[in-house]
Amino acid sequence: MINLLLFPVLIPFLFAAISLFFPKKVKAQRITAITGLLLALVSAIILLVKVKTDGVQALTLGSWAPPFGITMVSDMLSVLLVTSSILISLFVVWYSFSSIGEEREKAFYYPAILFMLTGVNGAFTTGDIFNMFVFFEVLLMSSYVLIVLGGEKVQLRESIKYILVNVISSSLFVITVGYLYSVVGTLNMADISIKLADIGQTGIVTVIAVLFLIVFGIKGGIFPLFFWLPGSYAAPPVPVLALFGALLTKVGVYAIIRTYTLFFTTDVGYTHELLMIISIITIIAGCIGALAYFDLKQIIIYNIVIAVGVILFGVSTMNESGLMGSVFYLIHDILIKGALFLLIGIIIKITGTSNLRKMGGLIKHYPILGWSYLIAAFGLAGIPPLSGFVGKLLIVQGGLEGEYLWQSIFILASSLVVLLSAIRIFIYAFWGEEKGSHDISPKLYRHLMAPTVTLVAITVLYGVGSEFLVPFMTDATSVLLDPSVYTDAVFEGVK
Amino acid sequence: MKTNDLIIQTTTKVVFFIIFLFSIHIFFAGHYTPGGGFVGGLLMSSAIVLLLLAFDLKTVQEMLPINYTILTAIGLLISLATAAGSIFFNVPFFTHVYDYFYIPLLGETSIHTAMFFDTGVYLVVVGVTMTIIQMIGGDE
Repeated sequence: MINLLLFPVLIPFLFAAISLFFPKKVKAQRITAITGLLLALVSAIILLVKVKTDGVQALTLGSWAPPFGITMVSDMLSVLLVTSSILISLFVVWYSFSSIGEEREKAFYYPAILFMLTGVNGAFTTGDIFNMFVFFEVLLMSSYVLIVLGGEKVQLRESIKYILVNVISSSLFVITVGYLYSVVGTLNMADISIKLADIGQTGIVTVIAVLFLIVFGIKGGIFPLFFWLPGSYAAPPVPVLALFGALLTKVGVYAIIRTYTLFFTTDVGYTHELLMIISIITIIAGCIGALAYFDLKQIIIYNIVIAVGVILFGVSTMNESGLMGSVFYLIHDILIKGALFLLIGIIIKITGTSNLRKMGGLIKHYPILGWSYLIAAFGLAGIPPLSGFVGKLLIVQGGLEGEYLWQSIFILASSLVVLLSAIRIFIYAFWGEEKGSHDISPKLYRHLMAPTVTLVAITVLYGVGSEFLVPFMTDATSVLLDPSVYTDAVFEGVK
Repeated sequence: MKTNDLIIQTTTKVVFFIIFLFSIHIFFAGHYTPGGGFVGGLLMSSAIVLLLLAFDLKTVQEMLPINYTILTAIGLLISLATAAGSIFFNVPFFTHVYDYFYIPLLGETSIHTAMFFDTGVYLVVVGVTMTIIQMIGGDE
């Protein structure tokens, strides 16, 4: 099965196309979506085992020789991201059954999620820079549908902003790929890596590197390009928000990781120092936002910005601990942000508001919700046995090994701010006197809690089982540190 | 006010088939000359748009009772199936093949699987264009 690495991309696409046939049959839509996601998850896990045993998988479509056809490459980093994005989509779809409402379900909600997953998985798997652009557009167009679906006033306003920003960044992406093509004359990422290593980091290559940082920075939400993110992410309903918060910015972050470890490696002095400065300012900006708001959604949304900064700091150190920490933290952040958004979705459903000042005393009636939120919040901040710990520890270790003392202190201090912002939600919403109306039926509450608690349990397992995951992370890091592993896999049997 | 659009309706009845045949021609010529599924699909939708201009939306829907969303989905599935056929032969995805077949009336003809992929593209383009136009035009 040499086509195995395409299955996580193709299966959601197939099931999305099938579910276009019966938009009004809600039950059939749900079954199609969940079957597609389960099959995709199984194929992703088989692929994960395959990559672990046989190394990097590469396939050039259409039986063409590598630099001429579109190459799809599945290394450990991409297959880990593919698996976790399918996992998150599965939980979000499960959660959507009882929370999104039939009206949206009848308006192509599940096909849009599946098409978005196609784009996300494709962007993680592709080995061709223009193909990556195409998959970006696939996921962005589906996200336009998801952000505007329902047609509330705030959604319409924010979707205009979101589309405008993304259209501009996409055109900048095309322009940048055009520049890169005029310099190296190829679009295959492995081939670009080899050609750029030959010509060295001339001025134009550095300019292209910075342009890529701007393009993927707009998608990934780095300072000062995250201005669109807080408003746009707060507009759609919670399951969509969870999907966006967990996946979309991470695709931008993955693209930065890929380009900055594969392409622009010969002279890291300027580009990676710029990346480091920006990532530190991103963390600071995210911290300010996370402390400033008394709104559940905004607090977690600014925590996305902080996490993007932390991951990119690990990448900018370019040493083994830093990169491994980034990979650990990237997967952790996909899982924990999904879990947190689903949790605050339940809180908002119970209290009917997202304003912290208008809620209180939930722990008395909803103890399981309260304690799973506390576990997720501790996981987010990185309290030892939980999931955020190992990643951040390795990132700080990488920072200290590279002798970036001040930056590492910023990372540690940001953890305190993250903890403060997340615990503030716990104190205001769960402690104190009971406030506001609690209108949620026990049945709906159970249906919403089931996927959420399972997801929180998975994040706990991710933290506790870090030791088991280390070999996978080492494989992912070795490809990032040594681009020749990647290029050799692509050109295997050609040169 | 009811205007008399006899001339445009009569002309449309003739011109529709010319555009339709031209779109089929462009579609099949795509392998060796400029053309292909995308342009062919756009030409086909322009022919239907001409019908929409000459008659009203309801009449056209009665003439061509097609659900364009379903048409788009069928197109997607055809394209996917063509590309995925290679999975069963364990060759890389999207590997196309061609051979020569004897077809009555046309004689010896080469048939390339890329044509089936293009059929999918053609249907998706027609489906999407007509969905957009009908959605915007249908709001009355």
